[in-house]
Amino acid sequence: MSVLIYIELDNGSIKKTSLETVAYGAKVAAQTGGQAIVLAIGKSHSDELEKAGDFGAEKVLHASDEKLSHENSMAYADILVQAAESTQSKIIILPKSGLGDAMAARAAAKLKAGIVSGVTALPETEGGFQVTRSIFTGKAFSTVEIKSDIKILVVKKNAIELDESSVGTVKATVETFSPQLRDADFQATVVEVEKASGEVSLTEAQVIVSGGRGMKGPENWQPLVDLANALGAATGCSKPVSDLDWRPHHEHIGQTGIKVAPNLYIACGISGAIQHLAGVNGSKCIVVINKDPEAPFFKAADYGIVGDVFEILPKLTEAAKAIK
Amino acid sequence: MKILVCITNVPDTTSKITFTDNDTRLNKNGVQFIIGPYDDYALARGVELKEQTGGTLTVLHVGEADAEPQIRKALAIGADDAIRVNAEPLDSYFTAVQIANIARQENYDLILMGRESIDYNSGVVHGLVAEMLGISSYSPVMKLDTSGNTVTIAREIDGGKEILTANLPLVLGCQEPIAEWKIPNMRGIMTARTKPLKVVEPVSVEEMTEPQHYSLPAPKGACKMIPASEAGTLIRLLQTEAKVL
Repeated sequence: MSVLIYIELDNGSIKKTSLETVAYGAKVAAQTGGQAIVLAIGKSHSDELEKAGDFGAEKVLHASDEKLSHENSMAYADILVQAAESTQSKIIILPKSGLGDAMAARAAAKLKAGIVSGVTALPETEGGFQVTRSIFTGKAFSTVEIKSDIKILVVKKNAIELDESSVGTVKATVETFSPQLRDADFQATVVEVEKASGEVSLTEAQVIVSGGRGMKGPENWQPLVDLANALGAATGCSKPVSDLDWRPHHEHIGQTGIKVAPNLYIACGISGAIQHLAGVNGSKCIVVINKDPEAPFFKAADYGIVGDVFEILPKLTEAAKAIK
Repeated sequence: MKILVCITNVPDTTSKITFTDNDTRLNKNGVQFIIGPYDDYALARGVELKEQTGGTLTVLHVGEADAEPQIRKALAIGADDAIRVNAEPLDSYFTAVQIANIARQENYDLILMGRESIDYNSGVVHGLVAEMLGISSYSPVMKLDTSGNTVTIAREIDGGKEILTANLPLVLGCQEPIAEWKIPNMRGIMTARTKPLKVVEPVSVEEMTEPQHYSLPAPKGACKMIPASEAGTLIRLLQTEAKVL
């Protein structure tokens, strides 16, 4: 009985979060006595895809077609179901993202499968298949038993510690997968794609430097960007900042924006409204810099500095450059 | 245009979450319930499109009677009528089957909802409903305009956005800035009282998942404060103590 793992590609490379999904899926395969098989959709190369072997995958099915160059959850879900059927997989695992959720949902309806999204740890497979997931935007967890024959898990970032000790040692077999594509899945026309190029994406970033209203205006962002560059970090912002158009909407982190889970989150001039905390509570370590010692964010932080961000940021940038 | 907007009834974002009955139920004591914030965006855009196209808007909720104040609020904001499927939703699959069942009877052009509910954060109901109906779905949609049978959508993708055109019918998961939240006015509140709210019983659904128990995250340790004058030492602590650099 196989475990099928869907991975996301970015310009042909496997996304870091998807490597975690592979490692997660391989552990589930080991627990349930099955094979870990990966599905990749879109342009890539076998010398890239075989890297899934480092994290426990035995085989990678690769579906590539000119029509599949845009994220298309309808077509992708069709392919996922065809791959699940041809490999007789009863457990399907995807990374948590807009695309991952949409594919999982469609596949669940097609296969009449139980679906749990936001999974935060490996399942318990002794006496029933139980998974724990994050609910109330990180404020609580729920443990559920999946009772259906086919099970679909959408796994959050940091659900598993990525062991990179065997990188470069095990190659997965890469096979071309040629699915049937249905015209109905391609009725939409993509008019335009606006993608911030060359920037580290927030959902993939290991380190994020984020600014709030305490930055006082869009013209003051440079010291924050300098620190982000020194740390190889992505930049984010609070909701008021994106509402004021100081920064683009795709940088907005919080309840109604992007939810992030980096190793390190550095908040500059953000007071820490509960709506913002909801977007960052998956972070491993939080640093808060604020001139107000009473800012609620300090209660959720691991490290704090009370003071003027414009004096503190250059000091941090200098120290960060020194360690590189 | 015939529009359906699905709303959730969820604890306010600032609520403290606790559980009762041996951690098997949410403690609703003192918790303020609201229309899901993403659903509120979907509703606001739905009302605008209904007014522009001279269409109708039905609001649908799968849940128990305690959601009725929120359903009335949706009617006050501009929905013409409401349907409540009288059931405690068991999981996303259950909810989607109920929505798809109503949608099959009414042939809506556009089914709108939030990108996710803020209680379970799954973000899968729009995809499930669309697949059950055999139509397309997109999420998270930040901009939506219609022209006859064609819609233009801007949706967020990883690190940017994509603009596309597609044909109705569609299911869309919405988020800001698709529209500004609407606050009901006095006239809306008065007329909402007499607008039809139909209560229907759920169709039976095979049990896919069974909730076991809830839990809370471990409490956070104290925040380590560093004097502003020694800010630079933070980087070393992050590297050697927290081991995150």
